[in-house]
Amino acid sequence: MAKEYRTIKEVAGPLMLVQGVEDVAYNEMAEIELANGEVRRCKVLEINGSNALVQLYDAATGINLESSKVRFLGRTMELGVSPDMLARIFNGMGEPIDGGPEILPEKRLDIEGLPMNPAARAYPQEFIQTGVSAIDGLNTLVRGQKLPIFSGSGLPHAQLAAQIARQARVRGKDEKFAVVFAAMGITFDEANFFMESFRETGAIDRSVMFINLANDPAVERIATPRVALSAAEYLAFDLDMHVLVILTDLTNYADALREVSAARKEVPGRRGYPGYMYTDLASLYERAGRQRGKIGSITMIPILSMPEDDKTHPIPDLTGYITEGQIILSRDLHRRSLQPPIDVLPSLSRLKDKGIGEGKTRADHANTMNQLFAAYARGKDAKELMVILGEAALTDMDKLYAKFADEFEAKYVSQGYMTDRSIEETLEIGWELLRILPRSELKRIKDEYLDEYYEKK
Amino acid sequence: MSSIGQIKKVAGPLVIATGMGDANMSDVVRVSDERLIGEIIEMHGDEASVQVYEETSGLKPGQPVESIGSPMSVELGPGLIKSIYDGIQRPLAKILEATGTNLLPRGVEVDSLDRDAVWTFEPTVEAGTKVVEGDIIGTVQETEVVVQKIMVPVGINGELTSIKGGDYTVTDVIAQVTDDNGTVHDLTLMQKWPVRRGRPYKEKLNPDVPLKSGQRVIDALFPIAKGGVAAIPGPFGSGKTVVQHQLAKWADADIVVYIGCGERGNEMTDVLNEFPELLDPKSGKSLMERTILIANTSDMPVAAREASIYTGITIAEYFRDMGYSVALMADSTSRWAEALREMSGRLEEMPGEEGYPAYLGSRLASFYERAGRVISLGSEGREGALSVIGAVSPAGGDISEPVTQATLRIVKVFWSLDSSLAYARHFPAINWLTSYSLYQDDIVKWFNQNVDEDWGMLRGRMMSLLQDEAELDEIVKLVGMDALSAGDRLKLEAARSIREDYLHQDAFHEIDTYSSSEKEVLLMRLILSFYDKALDTLNEGVSIEKIVNMPVREEIGRFKYIHENDIEAEAKRIDDELKSELSKLIEEKEEF
Repeated sequence: MAKEYRTIKEVAGPLMLVQGVEDVAYNEMAEIELANGEVRRCKVLEINGSNALVQLYDAATGINLESSKVRFLGRTMELGVSPDMLARIFNGMGEPIDGGPEILPEKRLDIEGLPMNPAARAYPQEFIQTGVSAIDGLNTLVRGQKLPIFSGSGLPHAQLAAQIARQARVRGKDEKFAVVFAAMGITFDEANFFMESFRETGAIDRSVMFINLANDPAVERIATPRVALSAAEYLAFDLDMHVLVILTDLTNYADALREVSAARKEVPGRRGYPGYMYTDLASLYERAGRQRGKIGSITMIPILSMPEDDKTHPIPDLTGYITEGQIILSRDLHRRSLQPPIDVLPSLSRLKDKGIGEGKTRADHANTMNQLFAAYARGKDAKELMVILGEAALTDMDKLYAKFADEFEAKYVSQGYMTDRSIEETLEIGWELLRILPRSELKRIKDEYLDEYYEKK
Repeated sequence: MSSIGQIKKVAGPLVIATGMGDANMSDVVRVSDERLIGEIIEMHGDEASVQVYEETSGLKPGQPVESIGSPMSVELGPGLIKSIYDGIQRPLAKILEATGTNLLPRGVEVDSLDRDAVWTFEPTVEAGTKVVEGDIIGTVQETEVVVQKIMVPVGINGELTSIKGGDYTVTDVIAQVTDDNGTVHDLTLMQKWPVRRGRPYKEKLNPDVPLKSGQRVIDALFPIAKGGVAAIPGPFGSGKTVVQHQLAKWADADIVVYIGCGERGNEMTDVLNEFPELLDPKSGKSLMERTILIANTSDMPVAAREASIYTGITIAEYFRDMGYSVALMADSTSRWAEALREMSGRLEEMPGEEGYPAYLGSRLASFYERAGRVISLGSEGREGALSVIGAVSPAGGDISEPVTQATLRIVKVFWSLDSSLAYARHFPAINWLTSYSLYQDDIVKWFNQNVDEDWGMLRGRMMSLLQDEAELDEIVKLVGMDALSAGDRLKLEAARSIREDYLHQDAFHEIDTYSSSEKEVLLMRLILSFYDKALDTLNEGVSIEKIVNMPVREEIGRFKYIHENDIEAEAKRIDDELKSELSKLIEEKEEF
């Protein structure tokens, strides 16, 4: 029987100081029992002699320093996992909230996980067809990648993420596939949107959902992505499934992190976020990937809303340094009703080069992709110039580029949330657009592909 | 007397232990019964602050902390090349074998250099020779391209009393040196060196030979010297890592040490997969045969990240001492600085700018200063060079932040990566207006003498065309293209050709990924030759539109994709074609 302590010295925000403890370990899990019998979970953040600094995963409301008891559990925070987790809904700490039975765990996993040995990683290179041209054609997603969506308040990131979850598949293969969905501090409406969308397509049967809503305790959010990723690791590396993890919204997670850091009176980094936020975020994002000798994989799509649509805000900034690219949604394109409003120029998939080309997509893919980017960038410049000086100021070539940019947005990017395009369709639309420009402008494409595709008509 | 203390406090990677009175500053300690590795970074009375290089979850007050009485050191000897180490020189492949899992549990003990591997040692001196520290006494063929030279360790001078060739493991005695006091020192293939102390050398030389990179924008516009230091700051997605990888692949160094410091795991996997398959243009052998990787990815313990750059540079110095040209890439020094900040915060030190410790600048400076072109210890006066290229990841892409600024005060080459170039998929996205190289004058001299006497002139003209373009662009933005004279429009076209046909280089194209200096010169000539001849033609009264739309321009644009073997002939053919097309334009005009 674990020892109980009634020596809570202070409670401040999500932190609690317990004195006179013995044999308590750093990062150990603990429970606090209130006078009315209610039990809340917490974890040791720092141990100094016989003083333990403990972080609550729940609100501090109602804790009485005199009558509350703390029990240290002798283990780190764990999640019991089993194949029965599929099609179930849990709270942010991994407890069922769908009215179903408790999970009988096959094994228990430390939610912090262990870092993957870089020598044991298998390089992600299998093309995932999402059916979204702006992603497949230009910012290709591959299995085992972590590719976040940088969004803003009011932008349709949920629709895009749901579309990807619905349509994503590796071509020509029929493999075990699962979705792990973790909601951190989002509204009921948004969580419900995902649930409905999964239900409609039947995806719910192969989904595991962890829901921490906006009115759930903020500090619980620190555990939610870790719980979800532990479940994903179990599905991927024990049950050989290909898992797509959707985390939304990382901004709420980072704010919870900031709250704990502020309560600890740590020296803040940029905008009050803790200096170790990079490391902390990396410990989540880096859990995506593939391992040698294992069949399954974890592909991660974290969603974050950029405060003030500012890409240099610490949350998107640090995320961008860790993840393998980013899909950026643009408010400007959204206003012009592009669906999805993906701003392709600042978007990027770092792993695309290994996932495309002959045998994966098509030999001309890399060339046309670069050319589309370059042409769209020039077209946008031309359009900017046109705004200032009028159309007459453009050279004939720039007029062609401006036309290209318009058509590109209308035909290539704006496809709607219900259209599922094959990669061939995407490439064909790309060529159709490139034919707006004379062949001599297409310097980034090899002659053989120009002969084969540009001249075709 | 070994000093065993007890844990008092645990906060993240920081452990405070009492009863450590006998330990020294910077000693390596073993924490708890799991024997986690740590290093003493502060002493207060008998209390030691320990930075632990492994996850500290589960540590409790009262558990033992034992000092091993020596500072953090690396093992140097045969077996380094082709290895992939973590931040404290544990071989990751061996950990994989030892643990049987794809993950990294803690408390794994593996030797840095394989104790069972047998190497053939060939002596180059005979017994009876007087030797001094740094002298080479023999060689080991470590990989097909790297001969490891076995040196007398620092601090040992005297007479070589025995030496014998043959097959040895790294711990076998291969030779003995008796010093003036009559003490006998056993020499092995392996030696140790504390990572936080630079390895000594005889003297430093001015770096004036280029470290050719095969990257056109770097070699021609902003070159780095062998023994030089360079920084690549840039926001995410601007291609820092690709530039670092390209340099690791194609730089004409003998040895490459690549440190992945707090970066993505998949990037290290990429290197591990790709390098063995790529061939060094110089030796024709696999690039992995000259490469050492240090991987402390962002999910691995943060304190070991701090140590990783020192581990890497000590290994690099060791090869420099053998007389090799070594290139070290650190990606990214910002993550190292963040690890420093995290420890500083846990130690409750007074923070400097943005929470970084006040000693950030001096630590960075002393790291970069370990680079250089030097004459090594030893009687023969070997010349070696260690070039350091550090990536910096400024928060928000804003280079006014402390790490970038502290770095720029030290480095001589600044490759400024630009997100707007990256968005237009102009790679490498090195901005030609803001970047600089302080080695430029010396290196231009070298290129003039060794590659082509016109190198400096061609380079200078390209730079000034690019400058002019930036100014003309301003005008175009205000009043439109029509306001420009035909001469200026031609200038813009020439500058565009420099950007698109010369500076833009496709790292993923099998030929374009590497450009020899000869190819670089030919291409510079072609582009400028177009400009000069077109200007003459323009003065003959031919319209600018006709010149701009000449088919030969597309051929200039494709020159970078021409195989190295065919460049001479092809350049000549394109230049002839250029002449004939231009004279045709003049004839056509005269017919009217």
